[in-house]
Amino acid sequence: MSAALFEMLLRLGDNTLVLGHRVSEWCGKAPVLEEDIALANTALDLIGQTQMWLGYAAEVEGKGRSADDLAMRRDVWDFRNILMLERPNLDFGHTMMRQFLFDAFHRAQLAALAQSSNPRVAEIAAKAVKEATYHLDRSAETVVALGDGTEVSHAKMQTALDLLWPYVGEMFESDDVDAQMAAEGIAPDPDGLRAAWEATVRDTLSEATLTVPQDNFAHKGGRTGARHTEHLGHMLTQMQWLQRAYPDATW
Amino acid sequence: MYAQMIQSTGKGVKTLDEMEPEERAFQERINAGGKIEPKDWMPDGYRKNLIRQIGQHAHSEIVGQLPEGNWITRAPTLERKAILLAKVQDEAGHGLYLYCAAETLGITRDEMFEALHEGRMKYSSIFNYPTLTWADMGAVGWLVDGAAIMNQVPLQRTSYGPYARAMVRICKEESFHQRQGFDIMMKMCNGTDAQKKMAQDALNRMWFPSLMMFGPSDKESVHSEQSMAWKIKMNTNDELRQKFVDQTVPQAQYLGLTIPDETLAWNEEKGGYDFAEPDWNEFFDVLKGNGPCNQERLQTRKDAWEEGAWVREGMLAHAAKKRSMKVAAE
Repeated sequence: MSAALFEMLLRLGDNTLVLGHRVSEWCGKAPVLEEDIALANTALDLIGQTQMWLGYAAEVEGKGRSADDLAMRRDVWDFRNILMLERPNLDFGHTMMRQFLFDAFHRAQLAALAQSSNPRVAEIAAKAVKEATYHLDRSAETVVALGDGTEVSHAKMQTALDLLWPYVGEMFESDDVDAQMAAEGIAPDPDGLRAAWEATVRDTLSEATLTVPQDNFAHKGGRTGARHTEHLGHMLTQMQWLQRAYPDATW
Repeated sequence: MYAQMIQSTGKGVKTLDEMEPEERAFQERINAGGKIEPKDWMPDGYRKNLIRQIGQHAHSEIVGQLPEGNWITRAPTLERKAILLAKVQDEAGHGLYLYCAAETLGITRDEMFEALHEGRMKYSSIFNYPTLTWADMGAVGWLVDGAAIMNQVPLQRTSYGPYARAMVRICKEESFHQRQGFDIMMKMCNGTDAQKKMAQDALNRMWFPSLMMFGPSDKESVHSEQSMAWKIKMNTNDELRQKFVDQTVPQAQYLGLTIPDETLAWNEEKGGYDFAEPDWNEFFDVLKGNGPCNQERLQTRKDAWEEGAWVREGMLAHAAKKRSMKVAAE
């Protein structure tokens, strides 16, 4: 097995798993019925992508594990999602700002992965990029509307942006895994996605009349598994409860 | 059902001869199987009754997201999570069609939400029961959606056009929901001892509340008589309940589960099962707000609405700015 490919697939699948989980927490509780439906739809897309990424990861690993085993039976230190996505939802503004900052990255990442030298990766990304494009359209529109809306909504979106900004840098971190994937033409080097991401994000945030924070400090440790936030453990206590409590059952 | 205890005029049904020409034409059209459309003349009572009924149905879809939403984050596999998410998203979609159908009668969605939050409009009693184990996701699909289908299939032929058309779309999705519920039950019943126990426990807790969904016997009810004359209610509560029991008992047997009713027995003469009535005192308690989850369900909806106010206001303000910029540019 290729350890680097496995690691990369976990990073992709854990991002969508963890964000999909967070977004699904909104079910039945969104500010508007149409938003409730759209959030459920986004979560559904992300869980679908998770099935594909983790399913392929399990195959690459070749130890007889399934996508469900990877999702439901790993502990915190084995998760490879970026920290931003495991942050609690907080309010709707924070949820949509996080979605936007990630979507802009995700779409660029998937568009590049659709050109992967690995046909399975290319195939999954080609399907997922269509969904990510739609997610980005919607989250960008919401960020603009609420940033520009009322004084209250503007202030809430600025707060969300300020809270999330220290977490965006991790998306563009590179390590040996990324270097190897880039060398093999399997995946883009994340650092190379930054310029296009910045252009999209700065345009939208300016239309939203929001101020981009100056400080580029970045919290890290999610995509390497070195140090997650305290929130991921709590998420796993819910997500993995049944599989952990009834290890012999099939569902 | 999703619409329970809908009060109509309470005056008894007029004969055609007692009606003014307008109302008579309206009733004759219904009798002939015709549809009433939003711009057509209709009696006030018909309009009010339909708003209550469709509104209650819509609220049931929205509040009904909560007991199932309770397990989305704990679904045991990725596939189960995806299916449950899709199902709950469908329920929200049903709410949307139904609110739109009710709006054609001259009420807004916001007014209906307000009435729900203030307790002036209700939702189905069933959603005031808790979902305690994963088997409840099976039981809700199998029993609750199963009961809903009993009522909603005939409502595809209801006299009010927008309601009937909404029901056609809804019924397609509901039968998928029921199948996925039954599929979960099958997996549980073929599973470990703990899973079988969960499945039986879910049936024990959900059986009588499911029977309550149809509402109390309406043999004597003038409300039902009027609603049936208007074809906004197509069958009596007892007919539907009987049909539901007759359909569900063999399914429970197939699953190897025991219906929690010792009096249950096949009655050859009527060609259906005899069964125990649910505890109607409990039903009325739930309607009054004393069900196990009434307070929490309503509070969750109210909080969502109040905490989301800034979002709705922000979006409206932005849309207004965009419109005025467009006007200025022209």
